[in-house]
Amino acid sequence: MNFARGLNNYVGRHLQVALSSLGRLYRTPLASLMTTAVIGIALALPAGLYALTGNLQQLSNRWDGSTSLSLFLKKSLPEGRIEALRQTLEQWPEIARLQFISADQALEEFRHLSGFGEALDALDENPLPAVIAVQPAPAYRDAESASALLERLRRLPEVELAQLDLQWVQRFNAIVDIVRRSIAVVASLLGLAVLLIIGNTIRLEIQNRREEIEITRLVGATDAFIRRPFLYTGLWYGIGGALLATVLVEIALLQLQAPARELAGLYQSDFRLQMAGPGEILTLMATGAILGLLGAWLAVGRHLSAIEPA
Amino acid sequence: MIRFDHISKRYPGGRDALQSVSFHMHRGSMAFLTGRSGAGKSTLLKLIALLERPTRGQLFLDGENLSRMPRRQVPRIRRKIGMIFQNYRLLCDRTVFDNVALPLVIAGHRHQEIGRRVRAALDKVGLLGKERAFPVMLSGGEQQRVGIARAVVNRPPLLLADEPTGNLDPELSRDIMHLFEQFNQVGVTVLIASHDLDLIARLPYDQIRLEQGRLVQERGAS
Ligand SMILES: Nc1ncnc2c1ncn2[C@@H]1O[C@H](COP(=O)(O)OP(=O)(O)OP(=O)(O)O)[C@@H](O)[C@H]1O
Ligand SMILES: [Mg+2]
Repeated sequence: MNFARGLNNYVGRHLQVALSSLGRLYRTPLASLMTTAVIGIALALPAGLYALTGNLQQLSNRWDGSTSLSLFLKKSLPEGRIEALRQTLEQWPEIARLQFISADQALEEFRHLSGFGEALDALDENPLPAVIAVQPAPAYRDAESASALLERLRRLPEVELAQLDLQWVQRFNAIVDIVRRSIAVVASLLGLAVLLIIGNTIRLEIQNRREEIEITRLVGATDAFIRRPFLYTGLWYGIGGALLATVLVEIALLQLQAPARELAGLYQSDFRLQMAGPGEILTLMATGAILGLLGAWLAVGRHLSAIEPA
Repeated sequence: MIRFDHISKRYPGGRDALQSVSFHMHRGSMAFLTGRSGAGKSTLLKLIALLERPTRGQLFLDGENLSRMPRRQVPRIRRKIGMIFQNYRLLCDRTVFDNVALPLVIAGHRHQEIGRRVRAALDKVGLLGKERAFPVMLSGGEQQRVGIARAVVNRPPLLLADEPTGNLDPELSRDIMHLFEQFNQVGVTVLIASHDLDLIARLPYDQIRLEQGRLVQERGAS
């Protein structure tokens, strides 16, 4: 009971300091907004790029046919065995969809596309094999699972040759990966900038409130007590900046929504640009909060202990 | 309560503000600290509140050796002391109420408790009607009394006052002195630096007199 009341009191005091720090920011709206805007833009840049490359990865994952496997069947298999194979394969959990192209269909298509019709007529036997195009289930579309699937399919007695066309997907993913890594470097630099901005803002704040700090020390305030409002100020700046960054990123993604849909339409894809989800927003908020707190902490550690009453 | 043992204080680049000062104040006693301007009165009080550190000698408060007090412990010591400053040291952007409440807020008192105690302290110095005023809206004497209210609001065992009646008219000075006597009667140790020799002469308390940093007289003090 006593402990609970003590805890309640403690939380209440923190809440009070947090709110009064917020109130102080509110009383100098222009300066606060400018600082928040700088932090917001610095956070929005890497966050936006992350969201975009995240979308690119999505794109490569769901690109139809991107991880399709082609099974070239042995020649002169009886119809029954092919049908049996199709039915077996359809049971496999790794496989989402099958498309069977019989030898005749393949020949017909080839004839149609190549214009070698007469030459083909000269052959007394269809040289083309029957093909099953295999579309792996979504969970098996990454390079590793797809290769494993390929290996399994290759061992089927009916299969002459199994091919997986993954290369360009891998290349695409590698590029996206490099881009993501570069963004990580940019993000670290901008994170450092945010740290410095908040640190400097808090340093100025400490200088402005020098008299107040001295007097508070005079009447027996601990370092923790004096630190607290500045740490909360840093925290608010970080959270405010992250909020602004979220808004900026969402606006940018909304702007890109229509052109992306158009582009996807050209490729007969129903791809939609993903907005930043709650998880991403939360990460951004946490990053802002941590940077704000850390920046304030560094400034406070450097500048507060120098202020002693006399 | 307070023991000075051959305390000297030299400010950087200055002469000795205090030279080998030794005296002793019992718990619950009341004394005046007198001397001409520049004699070292403020310096002596600042040493007790750990606002300055002695250059030489030992200083004890409540049995604790202040000369060797680590920085971490300073807030704890200061909370035992209610200090009234010659230049008030009020927060100019806070109301009278908030100024007086500061020691209670620092000590982490509950909201209702703070309100009750602040109003009681302001009542004692006759400023109950001014809780919402800001220090700049007050006269020098009123600001001084805000400082006094802040010093006593936490009911500290030791009260140090640096010229607490410097800006008050004789009648108000007597009232404030009476207030200090009341605190002393409930056990608070009180040390008052003052120029007001007339007022002091009429009161039956010990006197610690400084002259150019040296202790020259200790009337009745033991
Ligand atoms: N921060 C300081 N730095 C250097 N010298 C100082 C400092 N503070 C006080 N002094 C010197 O120490 C001596 C004692 O000063 P102190 O303020 O203790 O005097 P005082 O007795 O309180 O005087 P007053 O009655 O005018 O307030 C003076 O000579 C003063 O110049
Ligand atoms: Mg003085």
